[in-house]
Amino acid sequence: MTNNKMTHASAVREGLAEEMRRDPLVWALGEDLSTAHGGTSADQYRGLIDEFGEKRIVNTPISENTIMGAAVGAAVAGTRPVADLRMADFAMCAVDELVNQAAKIRYMFGGQARVPLVVRQAIGVRKGGAAQHSQSTEAWYIHTPGLVVVAPATAADAKGLIKSAIRADDPVVYMEHKDLWMAEGEVTDDPGELVEIGKATVMKPGSDLTIVSWSKMAIHSLEAAKIIEEDNISVEVINLRSLWPWDKNLVYKSVSKTGRLLVTQEAVQVAGFGAEISADVTENLNDQLKTHVRRIGAPRTPVPYAETMENEYRVTTERIIEKVKELMS
Amino acid sequence: MKAKNSTNYPDRILEMYRTMSLIRAFEEIAEEAFDAGLVNGSIHQYIGEEAIGTAVCANLKRSDYILSNHRGHGHAIAKGADPEAMMKELLGREGGTSGGKGGSMHIADFSVGMLGANGVLADGLTMGVGAAQALVLREENAIVTVFVGDGTTNRGPFYEALNWAMIYKLPILFVCENNTYASSTATQTVTAGPGPVARAEAFGMPAFDVDGNDVCAVDEIARSLVEKIRNGHGPHFLHARTYRIKGHISRDKMLYRPEGETQAHLSNEPLLKCKEWLIENGVKQEEIDNIRNMAYVQIKEALEAAKKAPFPDKKLTYKDVQDLGSPYFGESS
Ligand SMILES: Cc1ncc(C[n+]2csc(CCOP(=O)(O)OP(=O)(O)O)c2C)c(N)n1
Ligand SMILES: [Mg+2]
Repeated sequence: MTNNKMTHASAVREGLAEEMRRDPLVWALGEDLSTAHGGTSADQYRGLIDEFGEKRIVNTPISENTIMGAAVGAAVAGTRPVADLRMADFAMCAVDELVNQAAKIRYMFGGQARVPLVVRQAIGVRKGGAAQHSQSTEAWYIHTPGLVVVAPATAADAKGLIKSAIRADDPVVYMEHKDLWMAEGEVTDDPGELVEIGKATVMKPGSDLTIVSWSKMAIHSLEAAKIIEEDNISVEVINLRSLWPWDKNLVYKSVSKTGRLLVTQEAVQVAGFGAEISADVTENLNDQLKTHVRRIGAPRTPVPYAETMENEYRVTTERIIEKVKELMS
Repeated sequence: MKAKNSTNYPDRILEMYRTMSLIRAFEEIAEEAFDAGLVNGSIHQYIGEEAIGTAVCANLKRSDYILSNHRGHGHAIAKGADPEAMMKELLGREGGTSGGKGGSMHIADFSVGMLGANGVLADGLTMGVGAAQALVLREENAIVTVFVGDGTTNRGPFYEALNWAMIYKLPILFVCENNTYASSTATQTVTAGPGPVARAEAFGMPAFDVDGNDVCAVDEIARSLVEKIRNGHGPHFLHARTYRIKGHISRDKMLYRPEGETQAHLSNEPLLKCKEWLIENGVKQEEIDNIRNMAYVQIKEALEAAKKAPFPDKKLTYKDVQDLGSPYFGESS
């Protein structure tokens, strides 16, 4: 078994392909899955139609409700669908099927049925994506009982998490970041290696302050932590990977050590997942905290288009550094 | 775009050629700007489809509404939006149609009844129904036109909107621009039945088919449908056959498209067809070419003006969110 350097898009494709080889009842559905042989967003499925055929790589009409609804139906009927809604923004068209059906069926029907599906929906600001192509909606689904939510930050996460998501018997919302699709990282070719849902990783150990993050913000947080080391501030960066369930043990352990917590997120800060983490840590570790918990996130505005405003909206490495300094002062 | 003298038919078509030329020039120069790194987001071009928006909007009044989709530059220009303000929007500059907030996929000009391009497929249909309800409530003698792509006819809201428009006999013209593709998918491969006309007819809606690359034909049918709708005969459906000459977005390499397919459609493209018709009907080649050239001059000037325009102040990020509880500069984070 060796490690190979590859993009997130390729990593997630390999993960999906491995699971499809392992289990003939795993299949994928979504718009343009079998036709998109070029371009960035095509990489995730490149070549899969040739290996698995059109029964398992289903090119759907532009019918979001039915993509999601069909995935739910196919899951309760004994298969493991991976529904691709492309962007979190379009997934809103199918929130009903996901939230009212997928998330509720097991409970509502007294445990008779399981809904083992994965729904892929990309989040994050994509340059110039503006109000309807750049939203980060992970908090919506974390708020929904019945759903598991994961958000990879590295190529290895991307592969390991899609595999675990497919094997999970719960409906899993898999939120990849558009800007990370082409980012590269080391990825194992061992089909048996998974990333366990609910387990975070320490991207960089540190002793003064803990940053908890996920998706692309974990990359920015790591970058910030490395830069700020020059100021003799030792930051521990935790990449959550899985947002529900989230790895409270690891976060508690780290915060108990550092006594300081900053949560960094790309989504709108108000009522975002950072609020939940902050509240939880404050409630449970108050006596260990040297200073109050801080959050960083986007302002409560739609995502603007023009570069100047988009940059104002974005959470950047520089802003994270500033916040860390504020916390340490 | 009113004809200079609508009794003189070639003049009317020449005027439409001017609008089509403006759209074509806008799309080509927007692509150059994109390639030069001046456009922040991606662009969906209307190249090859200009005759539809042009001829439909030529039959609308300023007080009529249109709702567009992601491929909205042509609709906006045809309804009378200022190409310079649009170019500024693409470049994310001050003076853009949306002040730089929206970009290519969110061009709107409410002052000319252009209620917005849209990044989410099919939402224009249901909002168009509402706009028509509003016109009825306000007792305005205006109509709504909704432009929708072929691929989007597979979304549920398409059916909800058609049904609703029909039961309340709303003043709406649905224009389905069938360019045969939905992103990288050939729409036929994911679409059952004989097509959009039959789907509209299933609701009892009068539906018509037209060669969308023939500006005269679109003009003729649009004129009669708009008149019927204005006279209270309820919604009508127009299916315009065309072809998307460029990629789904400008940087799409179209690896999914059979070799030679685009080439085969070039001889049928609407500006060329219109030019041939104009020459046959006595308009001088020189005059036609001059119109085309002037369009490029105008759009190049628009691009230059856009490049000189300042970027919006970052504080504007916090403007126009909402009245109550709006964020302010420096808040949050
Ligand atoms: C609800 C929704 N689903 C998917 C998309 C992504 N998307 C944008 S354009 C497009 C294809 C649209 O095809 P069609 O309706 O034929 O219009 P065309 O692009 O050909 O003009 C897709 C799938 C979207 N913007 N909104
Ligand atoms: Mg189309």
